[in-house]
Amino acid sequence: MNIPSNLKYTSTDEWVKVDGNIATIGVTDHAQEQLSDVVFVEVTVSVGDKVAKKSTIATVESVKAAADVNLPVSGKVVAVNEDLPQTPELVNTDPYGKAWMIKIEMENLAELDNLMDAAGYEKHTKE
Amino acid sequence: MFTPHTDADREEMLRVIGVHKLDDLFADVPAAHRFPLLDLPPAFTEMEALMQMEELAGANETAHDLACFLGAGAYYHYTPAVVDAIIRRGEFLTAYTPYQPEVSQGTLQAIFEYQSLIANLTGMDVSNASHYDGATATAEAAVMAYSHFRGKRTRFILSPSLNPQYRDVVKTYMSGYEHELLGCDSEPLGKPNDLTALLNDNTALLVVQYPDFFGRIFDFTALIEKAHEVGALVAVAVNPIALGVLKTPGAMGADIVVGEGQPLGIPLSYGGPYLGIFATKKEYVRKIAGRLVGESIDGKGRRGYVLTLTAREQHIRREKATSNICTNQGLMALAATVYMSFVGKSGLRQVANLCYQKAHYAAAQIGKVPGYEVKTPAPYFHEFIVKCPKSVEDTNLHLLDHGILGGYDLGKDYPALNGHMLIAVTEMVSKDDIDALCEVLAEVNHD
Repeated sequence: MNIPSNLKYTSTDEWVKVDGNIATIGVTDHAQEQLSDVVFVEVTVSVGDKVAKKSTIATVESVKAAADVNLPVSGKVVAVNEDLPQTPELVNTDPYGKAWMIKIEMENLAELDNLMDAAGYEKHTKE
Repeated sequence: MFTPHTDADREEMLRVIGVHKLDDLFADVPAAHRFPLLDLPPAFTEMEALMQMEELAGANETAHDLACFLGAGAYYHYTPAVVDAIIRRGEFLTAYTPYQPEVSQGTLQAIFEYQSLIANLTGMDVSNASHYDGATATAEAAVMAYSHFRGKRTRFILSPSLNPQYRDVVKTYMSGYEHELLGCDSEPLGKPNDLTALLNDNTALLVVQYPDFFGRIFDFTALIEKAHEVGALVAVAVNPIALGVLKTPGAMGADIVVGEGQPLGIPLSYGGPYLGIFATKKEYVRKIAGRLVGESIDGKGRRGYVLTLTAREQHIRREKATSNICTNQGLMALAATVYMSFVGKSGLRQVANLCYQKAHYAAAQIGKVPGYEVKTPAPYFHEFIVKCPKSVEDTNLHLLDHGILGGYDLGKDYPALNGHMLIAVTEMVSKDDIDALCEVLAEVNHD
């Protein structure tokens, strides 16, 4: 299982890449393994939306389940991966790269403190 | 009587839950109400019961016994004998939801064929396995539009010439969502373009009917274009028989087509079970409610049918699903499938054409009866409005005395149309029936 050390993680299997006050969000390698083949991704927020922490920002559907992607930090949506709905399989093949879902301009950087680091997430996935 | 449990089963179950006898389970029901004395007549034999049922049923006057001019959403058509013969087969009649493709290929294939026929008839990409009836299918269109815009668009425009029952059911379904319903109070006999003034960038869905509730036929292409300019979706509620001769809603650019499938080989019964048609464009397929059957191949390359795209449904997505409706009208969808397959493209056109021609003959004849005025301007399909000199209720009572089931009293839904009757004419009505109707209408005016 791939858990990059430069990212932060949630207990619901989202990853967060922090760059200044911009956070990029996607789902983890562990999540895609659990879902199996992803056949559909719908990002349910648009650029400019103000979205609160824990809101649903995307729905990922695989051949056996549907899962919501929840926002780990509050803020304003500044970018949405428009290519993902056409190529949902990227969630399986490149979960930390081309399968990024949205970028958020964070409101409160302190919310990052509640997230796990790679070691913490690895421990969490084994529980 | 069939009871699945033996005395031993029952005793064991009682023992497991720690109760001595069955009556103890009812201890919480006040004693006086526990086993009320039922004042029932002595038991009948099967023969006696059947005779009594037949006697009761004989008191009914059905569309079959009368010359039927009543429509307004449910229509008396001929059902070829093959429809009943096939849908009464045990494999179809008692089949439950086909979750298991390995034991349900027949049911699944029938639904797949139903979907293919409906998609073809409506000019849309995809049809679901059906809903309860035309009204609930229309409501599902509203729920789908709400979900498509994720609740960000809250205006729903319903044409005043959309079946009043459909509008009521949409209202009920939408009561839990933030929304505004507009259009219902517009001039009932207005033109489609009257509705463009209500369109704005908060509009999720516009619903029109085709032919409309008054039988009128409009080409909605321009209206649909206007709706698309503000980003709204458009649903068209159809009579599937009329599509035998009319341009499809798909060709007009409709996003969703809903409708009442009852005219396709399903008896009038007592208002149901009917069949809710729901079809849409491919791009919305993950937002639709209900079941979808797809064609695939198995491990050995053989053709097979399965429920598909199930992750959008309520049993997986739960509260996040567009709708919690998974049920379809399997048996009625099968009846419609058999009907459409049997009559075929040319048969459906012939049925539609007979309805159209007979209705236009009837309108011309009624228009000649002193005191009556046909209010539906052409083009119309097989229904039209007649302004009556006496109340519609009295007129209909008089007609019934002569074995004629009169038209629908429009005053019930449209106060402005008090004294107006909606007359439907299908292939089941003969020229003699129409001439008899005109004679009695003339009598009513003279009384």
